[in-house]
Amino acid sequence: MDFPLIAVLAATLTIATPLVWAALGAVVNERAGIMNLGIEGTMYAGAFVGFLAAAYSGSALLGLVAAIVAGMIAGALMALLTVTLGVNQHVAGIGVTLLLIAASEFTNRLLFSSGSQAVTAKFERLFAGTGFVAQYPMTYFAFLVLAPALWWVLRSSGFGLRLRAVGENPEASDAAGIPVARTRYAALMIGGALMATGGAFLTLSLLGTFTLDIVSGRGWICIALVIFGRWKVWPVVGGALLFGLADALQLQLAITPLFGAVPNELMIAFPYLVVIAALTIWGRGVRYPGSYLTPYRRA
Amino acid sequence: MRILLRASESRWLAPTAVLGAAILTLLLTAAPIRLAGANPLAAYERYVVTPLTTFTGVGEVLLACTPLIFTGLAVAIAFRVGYFNIGAEGQFLAGTVAATIAGLYLPDLPGPLALPLALSAGALGGALWAFGPAWLKRHANIDEVVTTLLLNPVALLLVQGLLNGPWRNSETGFPDSDRYGAGYDLAPLVDGWRVHWGLVIALVLVIATGIIMAFTPLGLRLRAAGQAPRAARFSGIQVASLKWRCALVSGAVAGLGGASQVLGVQHQLTASVSTGYGYTGIVVATLGALTAGGVLLVALLLGDIAVGAQNASIVLHLPTQMGSIVSSTLLLTVVAFLVARHYRIVRTRRKPE
Repeated sequence: MDFPLIAVLAATLTIATPLVWAALGAVVNERAGIMNLGIEGTMYAGAFVGFLAAAYSGSALLGLVAAIVAGMIAGALMALLTVTLGVNQHVAGIGVTLLLIAASEFTNRLLFSSGSQAVTAKFERLFAGTGFVAQYPMTYFAFLVLAPALWWVLRSSGFGLRLRAVGENPEASDAAGIPVARTRYAALMIGGALMATGGAFLTLSLLGTFTLDIVSGRGWICIALVIFGRWKVWPVVGGALLFGLADALQLQLAITPLFGAVPNELMIAFPYLVVIAALTIWGRGVRYPGSYLTPYRRA
Repeated sequence: MRILLRASESRWLAPTAVLGAAILTLLLTAAPIRLAGANPLAAYERYVVTPLTTFTGVGEVLLACTPLIFTGLAVAIAFRVGYFNIGAEGQFLAGTVAATIAGLYLPDLPGPLALPLALSAGALGGALWAFGPAWLKRHANIDEVVTTLLLNPVALLLVQGLLNGPWRNSETGFPDSDRYGAGYDLAPLVDGWRVHWGLVIALVLVIATGIIMAFTPLGLRLRAAGQAPRAARFSGIQVASLKWRCALVSGAVAGLGGASQVLGVQHQLTASVSTGYGYTGIVVATLGALTAGGVLLVALLLGDIAVGAQNASIVLHLPTQMGSIVSSTLLLTVVAFLVARHYRIVRTRRKPE
């Protein structure tokens, strides 16, 4: 048996990491009743701003902080549009994505137009050379801190209960004295920070540089994972691992002789198709959060 | 201060809101233009006015707006009935692939046969790409937003895979397809312009959609299904079936746009055939208030800005992405202002206790 199981498992965890961050950000948004299609752009901006700050400061940690701030600003913009004004959430989200991608590419062209793309400081793997536990710090943090913490916050904390109440029934929440708009702003800004962190993982851990197609639809995958995982933390993490496994398998199979004849692009498309198939099988008849896609205004 | 719903609206309110949004867009985008070292006023002139001052420029604007009319119309048709097709990008690409199949494998067909074949192939390709999400929506009630979105990167991978594999250029070895047979050229409309007959097809579609939406029972049912699905259902309208059909038509229109683009402009398939036309189509449809005429006007405006952005990148060294920044900012400010216009702010004094 020469199948490199350890390598595939290690790659699974690494590939799943940005998806866990961003998809859990989307869970926070959608549990509060807002579908944030700005996710793709927020990840993109997180990747770029993180890269930019790290390249100029020489510190990957500062890059991460900058990415988080960028994500919170993106979340606040989305909140201004969908919570305060009540704009159609699909349109606002796509608009935010287009704007953030254009703004990032614009800044990238201005600062790095010479073509020599800067390489930045990046996080290194912990426990290097020890099989599949050799992972980036942000991977450890995602699975061992973020997911359990978010699970607990949503299930048991006062903030989590208010957030879910606002997402299920804003009228009743308002009557019970929960500040609906403020809770949704908080949800969108926290969610934005998580999405941007997922994006920053790509530049600050995985690549150490920035490329124009760096996010390439990962945000859309996260939106699918949230439905697949029915807005629950652990099933969403499971979905991210499933995608990670599919992607790790295709990367592994692509270099084995048996699959050498299969076009590389078909292999890359494979995990996307797996997600659609998974959605088809387990995404039927799901119950959406009660106030999904509906803005709230006092009558 | 309290925010109240307006009881009545002056008819000047909506145009005023759009004007306000446009002014805000200019103010917001001035900062990045300054940052890039250009004068904002000079840049706006480049973006909006300069392309329209020369004969060639007008032709380029019409050329740039053609794919946007197709994708904008595709999105408007779907959104109108309440089917959120965010996959026009993928359907556009599927259309280019389908038209290329005809262009590469039946190269000797004469024009009168070749063009209808390739164009209908494009429409069919787009409809096929829209078929999966539409079917899942109708039979398993799976959110079309997610599935249409996910198929966009898959369509791009399909194009890249074909170009790196079977369709690699036989002369240069680059990942561009060979040129199509001679019969597959959508001819230029006027000598000296690159605009081709695809624009005429787009305009016919605009007129047909406008008439159907505004004047036929079908159009009434579509609008009812989109605006008040429950009421529509109670009055006997088959909402799910309407959505299903509109989803396929929407895909076909986007696919036709893809075919028009490869047959009229590129005459071969390249991986960069779409510069986000499908996503920009969402901007076009929304700013055009989901009406056919609105789509046409906004497509012209964004085409103008796109040509202006090319121009400004050469003359003022402003990266072309500034054009997308302007159009996406305009989208967000317009939708924000249009919603905000329904409300008025009332100053309330606290009564002394």
